[in-house]
Amino acid sequence: MALRTISIYRGDRGGGRFVDFQVDVEEGNVVLDVVLKVQAEQAPDLAVRWNCKAGRCGSCSAEINGHPRLMCMTRMSLFPPDRPVYVAPLKTFPLIKDLVTDVSLNYEIAKTIPPFQPRPPDPDGLYRMSQDDVDRVQEFRRCIECFLCQNVCHVIRDHPENKGRFYGPRWFVRLAELEMHPLDTADRRRLIREMAGVGFCNVTKCCTEVCPEHIKITDNAIIPLKERVVDLYFDPLRWLADRLRGKRADAVGSQ
Amino acid sequence: MEPLPGYSVHEYDVLVVGAGGAGLRAAIAAAEEGARTAVVCKSLLGKAHTVMAEGGIAAALATVDPDDNWRVHFRDTMRGGKLLNDWRMAMIHAQEAPERVLELERWGAVFDRTGDGRILQRPFGGHRYSRLAHVGDRTGLEMIRTLQQRAVALGIDVFMETTVTRVLTDAGRVAGAVAYRRESGELLVFRARAVVLATGGVGKCYKVTSNSWEYTGDGHSLAYWAGADLMDMEFVQFHPTGMVWPPSVRGILVTEGVRGEGGVLLNNQGERFMFNYIPEYYRAETAETPDEADRWYTDKRNNRRPPELLPRDVVARAINSEIKAGRGSPHGGVYLDIATRMGREQILRKLPGMYEQFLRLADVDITREPMEVGPTMHYIMGGVRVDAETAATTVPGLYAAGEVAAGLHGANRLGGNSLSDLLVFGRRAGLFAARYAASLAQVPSISGDEIEEIANEMYAPFQCSDGENPFAIQKELQETMQDLVGIVRTADELQEALRRIQALKERAQRVSVPGNQQYNPGWHLALDLRSLLTVAEAITLSALERKESRGAHTREDYPKEDPEQAKFNLVVRRDSDGQPLLEKVERPELPEDVRKILEEA
Repeated sequence: MALRTISIYRGDRGGGRFVDFQVDVEEGNVVLDVVLKVQAEQAPDLAVRWNCKAGRCGSCSAEINGHPRLMCMTRMSLFPPDRPVYVAPLKTFPLIKDLVTDVSLNYEIAKTIPPFQPRPPDPDGLYRMSQDDVDRVQEFRRCIECFLCQNVCHVIRDHPENKGRFYGPRWFVRLAELEMHPLDTADRRRLIREMAGVGFCNVTKCCTEVCPEHIKITDNAIIPLKERVVDLYFDPLRWLADRLRGKRADAVGSQ
Repeated sequence: MEPLPGYSVHEYDVLVVGAGGAGLRAAIAAAEEGARTAVVCKSLLGKAHTVMAEGGIAAALATVDPDDNWRVHFRDTMRGGKLLNDWRMAMIHAQEAPERVLELERWGAVFDRTGDGRILQRPFGGHRYSRLAHVGDRTGLEMIRTLQQRAVALGIDVFMETTVTRVLTDAGRVAGAVAYRRESGELLVFRARAVVLATGGVGKCYKVTSNSWEYTGDGHSLAYWAGADLMDMEFVQFHPTGMVWPPSVRGILVTEGVRGEGGVLLNNQGERFMFNYIPEYYRAETAETPDEADRWYTDKRNNRRPPELLPRDVVARAINSEIKAGRGSPHGGVYLDIATRMGREQILRKLPGMYEQFLRLADVDITREPMEVGPTMHYIMGGVRVDAETAATTVPGLYAAGEVAAGLHGANRLGGNSLSDLLVFGRRAGLFAARYAASLAQVPSISGDEIEEIANEMYAPFQCSDGENPFAIQKELQETMQDLVGIVRTADELQEALRRIQALKERAQRVSVPGNQQYNPGWHLALDLRSLLTVAEAITLSALERKESRGAHTREDYPKEDPEQAKFNLVVRRDSDGQPLLEKVERPELPEDVRKILEEA
């Protein structure tokens, strides 16, 4: 046991500030343990979301010493013992109270994505897919919807004006999972370009870096989606005309 | 009813409480049946405790072992439950589970595949064949995501971060429910013709548990206070393998899939001790030597199952005994070894979540060294008594499915049978609730006075300024249940537990919470205390009454199974004074053809 200082953001839409708490920290404690200890013993009205406490549900996302992380998977021993550990809500989402933010926009976006539409099954009523063909889709389906990727994406974080025309990394992962599903028959390319705004992504890979599930969001989901969209919008006649005028194919975004 | 000031009123045919596997599957079934359907859940959508299910969904698809079929699955389930199961439920479950799994695939789920491209199935405790459809060690996440996406596609209304505190009745029939939004503390009134309870379990009654904060027995308690029966409440499952170190992760689940993939349990002498704990009941189907056990993974016809894959009650008691005999690991568990049994690449592929969990939380690399594990409260077999076909409770219009319902698992649940339970009976609950709702000529009415009274009770903790901290009361309850109503029980300890619960009930009347109604966890817990105390009392009363050891219920003072006590289930219901009343309900004789299935080798 060691007495340590944890500084937790407390406030609501009207404003707030960091409040210091002194807590006995046990060996192996994660940040969530300490936050819950503060809640149980010092501030019962401290608002925080959590569920599984094992990195599987994606509820307890926060910014710890400025880094977006899951509180349940972040050990206190990661930080120097003589300095306070700062815990703040995700910056990109509107604050509700303390560490709880309004992530409802994500659930609204989910409603706009055309669902899975499978091809008919084999004659015996079953579907057959090889493991190799589903590995990539399974990578995407590891997503725990912690929204850390949405939180760090510059297109969202620094540009509120993109709300409504850019879905963000979580939703590109979802779209990629549907598009690459071996059984799916729907075509979502127009939505990916026009509503989801995949073109706004400038491939800085911040989302990939922060993903607790180690999904290669940029390389495996976003870039392939960008390529698919290009395929749809690539017009061979225009390409030929441009070519005759001496332009390179790259100008219209061909691979 | 006129909307009262400050309350919003929402009208639905079917209101589903809970958005885990059972709740979502119920909502999908109700919506597909044409009912106006809403789901109310305590957390955000997709965060329900189902995501913590790791190992897989039990269903006799026979993709790996062609000899598997529903009869064997039925038999395994009944034997695992020490024949105290509702045999009709166990039969429906075994028959319908395969179709429910295939349906998930049609909705976009992506299970691990066999060499010929079908759904891969893994071995698990108590299942004769490789029966668990799975995705690595994150099957629950795959299931919840698939159902969530299906529910979204159907346009079902979801009230997230909303907690139901009362089920309303009118002349004995369901009329709706009262709830509050966690974010604002605002009261919601639902007028609903039917209510489906799918709230999961009661783990937060215990100190060491694999369950999340949500598991406060809400559905059990809502049903009890609405007049329904709670059955088999003495049967609480301790999962054999929870993490034991560091202290803050004690209880977090370590999937049975580790043993399903070949992992073995060792004591501090390096002995594979499960060979010393094979019950007579399972001797004929369990391997005698480590060599035979190891051969079973590749040749199931000529070898018998490893004892590590005995049902959970047996393994949990064995681990408990090893620890008590001083043969445990340094932090009070035993060792679970997969590192010497499987290559690193394969471990990372089949158990990536376990790898990450131990590396990050305990500094243990499971591909190189053994894990330390010990029993953790995981599941309650007991719950709301339901009709096997329809999932209807004894209160008209009230349905229950999943962990909150009783019957399918009897005295002990087999791993993998929970996810299939959620799908099979979630669907049935939603379907029959929708049909019931459509059959009602009149919408039951709701009384404004009653709602006002409920509201007064709910907001009372804000009025009381010098009361107790609800977290302190929950902590004392958890210690009481852990110490006195745990894996091994005695009459004296159970009576002491009842006395303490009684005292806690009185103290819970006088809790106070600081702050306001906006997202206030202290207040939320103050309201959950009613549920926690209701179920703790029902568990303890039932445990005291069952004077034998059967399945997950072990009495030190009655160590043997008693055939006479296989003839009844215990039911707790509220009497006219609001006190819990115990009743022994006689079990029906098994029909001859069913008995035959159970005797099949």
